[in-house]
This record gives sequence, C-alpha cells and structure tokens, in this order.
Amino acid sequence: MKNRNILNAALIASAMMFMSEAKAQVGEPFIHDPATLAECDGKWYTYGTGENGILSEDGGYTWHSGAVRPHRGAAPDVLKIGDRYLFAWSATGGGLGGTHSGDVLTMWNKTLDPNSPDFKFTEPVVVASSRDGDDCDAIDAGLLLDPTTGRLWLSYGTYFGFIRVVELDPKTGKRVEGNEAVNVAIDCEATDLIYKDGWYYLLGTHGTCCDGVNSTYNIVVGRSRSVTGPYVDNTGRTMIEGGGKMVITAHDKVVGPGHFGRTIVTEGIEKMSCHFEADFDMNGYSVLGIRPLLWKNGWPVAGEKFREGVYEVASERHGYALELAVDFKRIEGGRMRWFNPNEKREIKPIPMQSLEQVQNEWPSDEIGVRNGDFMVRPHQKWSITAVEGVGGFLGQPYYRISIEGTDRTLTATKEGNVITTATFEKTDEQLWQIDQMTDGTYRIMPKSEAKAGKRCLTSIADSTPTLADFDFKNDNCKWNLKELR
Amino acid sequence: MKISRVLVLSLVALMTQLGDCWNAQAQEKYFSASTKDALSIGNDGFLRRWTVLEPISKPNQGNTVFVDSYLNEVFAKEYFKNQMTCLPKDGDKVKAVAEIVEMPADFRRMPDPSQIKRTFKNETLVWHKIDSKTFNLKLMRFGEFHKQRLYGVIYWVVTVINCENDMENVRLSVGSNSASKWWVNGEEALLLSGDRRMVADDGMSERLNLKKGENIIRGAIINGPGMTDFCVRFVDENGKVITNGITIK
Repeated sequence: MKNRNILNAALIASAMMFMSEAKAQVGEPFIHDPATLAECDGKWYTYGTGENGILSEDGGYTWHSGAVRPHRGAAPDVLKIGDRYLFAWSATGGGLGGTHSGDVLTMWNKTLDPNSPDFKFTEPVVVASSRDGDDCDAIDAGLLLDPTTGRLWLSYGTYFGFIRVVELDPKTGKRVEGNEAVNVAIDCEATDLIYKDGWYYLLGTHGTCCDGVNSTYNIVVGRSRSVTGPYVDNTGRTMIEGGGKMVITAHDKVVGPGHFGRTIVTEGIEKMSCHFEADFDMNGYSVLGIRPLLWKNGWPVAGEKFREGVYEVASERHGYALELAVDFKRIEGGRMRWFNPNEKREIKPIPMQSLEQVQNEWPSDEIGVRNGDFMVRPHQKWSITAVEGVGGFLGQPYYRISIEGTDRTLTATKEGNVITTATFEKTDEQLWQIDQMTDGTYRIMPKSEAKAGKRCLTSIADSTPTLADFDFKNDNCKWNLKELR
Repeated sequence: MKISRVLVLSLVALMTQLGDCWNAQAQEKYFSASTKDALSIGNDGFLRRWTVLEPISKPNQGNTVFVDSYLNEVFAKEYFKNQMTCLPKDGDKVKAVAEIVEMPADFRRMPDPSQIKRTFKNETLVWHKIDSKTFNLKLMRFGEFHKQRLYGVIYWVVTVINCENDMENVRLSVGSNSASKWWVNGEEALLLSGDRRMVADDGMSERLNLKKGENIIRGAIINGPGMTDFCVRFVDENGKVITNGITIK
C-alpha cells in the first residue's frame, strides 16, 4: 500500500534531531521531504517536514542542523526571487492516514542566515487549499519561476488525488487572482516543476514513503510544452494516466529517493537534491541526497556519486589521456610481423608494466603533465581519493588526484599551469572538485580556483593540459573518467 | 653495343629530366620563394615563411625512440656553429655534423646495435628561405626538392615575426611529424615527444610574451621513417588563434 504518513515523517525528523552521536562521513544530513537547495552568503540550506532544516558551511558537503523555518508543517520548498527567498509549505491534516484538509502557504525572508539582522519572515499567506471531499491533498509544494516568462508556478498534491498547478504572483508570493488550479498528474506526490530548452518537466515521486529501508520511493518525470501540461512520459503516456519515466531509484546503500529539487550551478553543471528514505550506513534514517543531474536525450536522469578508484583521465577534446611528462618505457615482447595459423605456439600473458619498473627513472621533484595516447602505463594511472576535513561541493568532497601507488599529486600552479608534485600537502592547489556535467563528462577544478569559480583543468591543445576558464560549450574543459580495473 | 649504350644514357637523361620536372612541379605545388615583402599570417594564423636548413643526417630506424630524454639530449647537441642564435639568409651555408650509419651487409632484420657502425662527418648544408603554400611546411618535400636524404634526419628551421604590439600570455601552438622542440626568443617553449603525427594545435607552450617588434621562432624537427612536416601558429590567452598583429619578415 502506498502511503504518505506525514506524522511518521515528522516523528522520524524529530528523532533525528537527537542523533548527534551518529558519526557519518557527511555530518548529520538527516531530513525528510527536503526543499530545493538554496545558497545564502556562501552557505547552503534546505528545509524539511517538521520545523527547521539543515545547512552546510563547507560548500554543501557536510550538513548539520541550524537552518531555521518556523510554523512546522510539511514538505517545504524554497526559491530565491530577486534578493528575497520565497518559502512554500503545507499545513496538513496528516495525509492518507488522516484528513485531507490542508493549505499551502507562502512567506518571504531576505536571508536564510538566522544570525543575520535581516532574518525575519513575513506573515504566511494561503495560496492553495484542499478540503475533505476534494480529489486533492494540498501538500508537497514545488515552485518554478518560469525563465521564459517570469511567471511563478506552484505544483502540489499527493497520491490521494490530483497533482495540481496554480499560478502565484512573483512579487507577492500570493495566488494570482482568479487563477484556477489545473490537474496535471495522479498517483504521485512530492512534485517539482523545472524548465529546460522549451520543455516543462514535472518531477514526481512514486512508491512507498516512510517505511525506512523498505520504502520503495522513486522519482519519475514527464514533460510538456506548456507548464499546465499535459505532461507525457517517454512512452507517450500522460502523468494524468499515471505515467512517468524513472529519474533515480535505490542504489548502493541508500533506498527510497523522493522529493526532487534542481540546482543549476552554472551552464552544464546541475545537481539534484532529494531525500533517501533510508541510508543503510546511518541507522536506516532518512538523509539528504545530492547527485549530479544529467540530461539524456532531453530527459533528466540522476548521475552517480563519484567513486574513489584508479582512473584513466581522458580529454573529451581529442581523447588523449592525462599523463606524467616522462619517458615512455617500452615493454619487450608481443611483436608479430607475420602470423602463421598452422604454427603451434604457447599462449601466455605478458606482464603489465609495473610502477617499480619505471618509477626510479622519474625525476624526484616536479614533473609536468601532458595528454598522450593511453597505454595503460603507470604514469597514466590516476588514483582519485576523497580528502576529508577540507569541505567539498554539493554532496561531494574534494579529491586528491595522484599517480597510483605514489604521493605524486596533480597540482595547480599560481601561473595557471598544471604539474605534479612529489608530495601531497593538502593545499588548495592539490584538492580537486570533480563535477559530473549534464552530458556525463566531468569538470575538474582545483579548490584554489573554485573559490573564484573560474578556471578548470582544460586541454588547451590535444596534448597540453592547463587551467582555463570553464565553458560548457567547449570540449576542452571536459574529461572522461574511466575506472581501471 | 654502342647504340645500346647511347639508348641507355638517353633513357637515364630522360628519366633525370622527368624527375627534375616532377620535382619542380612538386616544389611549385608546395613552396614559393620568399620575397622581401612582409608576409601576413592570414585567417588561420599559421606561420608560412621559414628559413630551413637542408636536413642533417641523424639515422633512426623508427620513431618510437623519441622519448623526452632522448630528444633533450639530441637537440642539446651542437650540429653547426651558432645553431641557437643564427639568423640565416637564403643561401647561407653551414658545416654540420652528420651522423652516418652503416648496416651489416647481410642484415635482414634490425641488427644488434653493436653491429651498426656509426661515424660522423661534416657536411655542407644550405639554408633556404621559403614560403609554404600549405598551412603546414612539408619538410620531406623540401628535402626531396633539394635532393637530400628523406629519412633519419633533423631539420632546423627559423623564422622572425614582427609584432605590432606587445602580446602577453600567448601560446606557441605546434603540430609536427615527428618529434620536435621549439624556442621563442631563445627560450625553450615546447617539446613534442613520441612518434607524432602532424596535427594542428597538437601541443602548446605555456603562456609566454611576445614583444613589440621582432621575435625569433626556432625549431628542430626529427624524424626516422615516414613523412616529415610541421605547422606553427600562436593563440591568445583564451586559446583563440591570433590572426592579426603579426607579420613575417
């Protein structure tokens, strides 16, 4: 049975507030029904069902309590419009297990920082309602400011009835006078509206909520040329008919993704936020999830959290692989000029070149890098590992990129070049932000440049890596990370 | 017998003439003699005017030996006087140290290095100032035209560009077949190692500055077997090809 038990969610959220003893790699990211991520003065915020929310002070990697939202209620969303933040959330009777009488309300604040003198919420206003007997349950607000028209839209609703879209005034946050709600979907909840390249997308959540590690929550999508629908999935089925194409499901040790939110970092780099109903590494509690958001054939799909490992770092520009600028060492054997099919021969493997066979001939101090033909050689194998305690960016830590089996580490220089240094000193020039882009390739940017948000690892020529301004339209800025097994 | 001998000699003379004719056509196809007029770099930015020394013999059976350390050693060696400072004129001659390899008379496969006899001798080589009709300067055709050895060679090339203004944070962009090393105003700017194909914008220098007025670009290209050529241009700090503000003397 699909259920939406808000009380259960609220209880979970409340219980999580007492979980400060839980030691987790990413702090205490406990939340249910998270709002779209919002940035304010260098900190990231999100808010969930129940009171308050969580924030990150290290770029969006480590989350902990501290975000403040009054009025309790369910499933808020936050949207920055101009220099103010608009909150939308629901006062509800409890979902399927209770009454379906509920209100969606909005309010404003100039800042998300509770310590700011400007931190003051406006009086809430009701913008949509449902009453028992309606085929709707007015909770789960999702906001979209249409980039093409400047009009503000709100989606809301649950499994109980229709998902509805209404128009709000972006200056006041109030319902546009005379606006009638439009039904756009059934049989889902936790919806959100987004826009890209002439299409409106309605993200919804299917499956079972609020059942811990057994929750089957998953996020689906349909799209339309009009914000009021009809929203159709990739098979041609409308979301009013229950359609929807999968965006993200359970994976690794997290299950039950729900409550989609989209964050556009810059052109070509987008993140999706959600909660996972349960994280097996965190008592099975509900946690904030942040994943790269990719676009495939016009459809959004969640990328994967980057995995530590040993990689070929291949340029999208030409395909050459990042390597140390050292002598290429030949491997003896394997040359066959003529093949006689009748000749009997023993087939045996040739050993791969080992680090020990070549490392002693490398310079001991700085070594440059270049791009070259990938030959599965030690000077081309990059070990990419997370570095803890130095922050990160939206769901991911900073990474160290070193030649496998060595301390030799990829390092940005102040002059805007890229070299390797013999040791890893944890400097900002040696910490790398790795973002999977909307096309599946990666942007690789040193922390020292990430502060300015500018230069990333770039193939200025086929064979020449450097640091240059990021431009999503330029393949020079893109890399493919191919895990070596 | 006398008639036959005359016939053979006539055929040889004809073949030679045909060869020269073809060679002249090839030359016409790829190169023209430089004039005294400054040459603009055109819409693609490639430097098409170079002074090229006839190839120095440096035999290599393959191109895979062109690793960084080998190239640094080979290009550091002095083959002719003032090779890193000279600004040759068309027709200038140098005495260059040529390496000569003698293989065992009966070898069928690559012999052991100890069986290969290497000697050195001075050869008189001539600088030629030419304009390339293609974006890349086809060194092998140049060697062919001047009846030089085609494979196992090092070419030294020089050009002097004139910049209308100081140009900061530009990059020298090179493609070469095979490996090569490049200097700008006497400073090493780029090494392209390995068995390389000639590809436009294959490798670029770090950011460097060109001064208003004359700037000297010098290169050395080494090749074993196969085609030999190169192309050079500059890009600005954003990677955009520089097409204005530079002429070639």
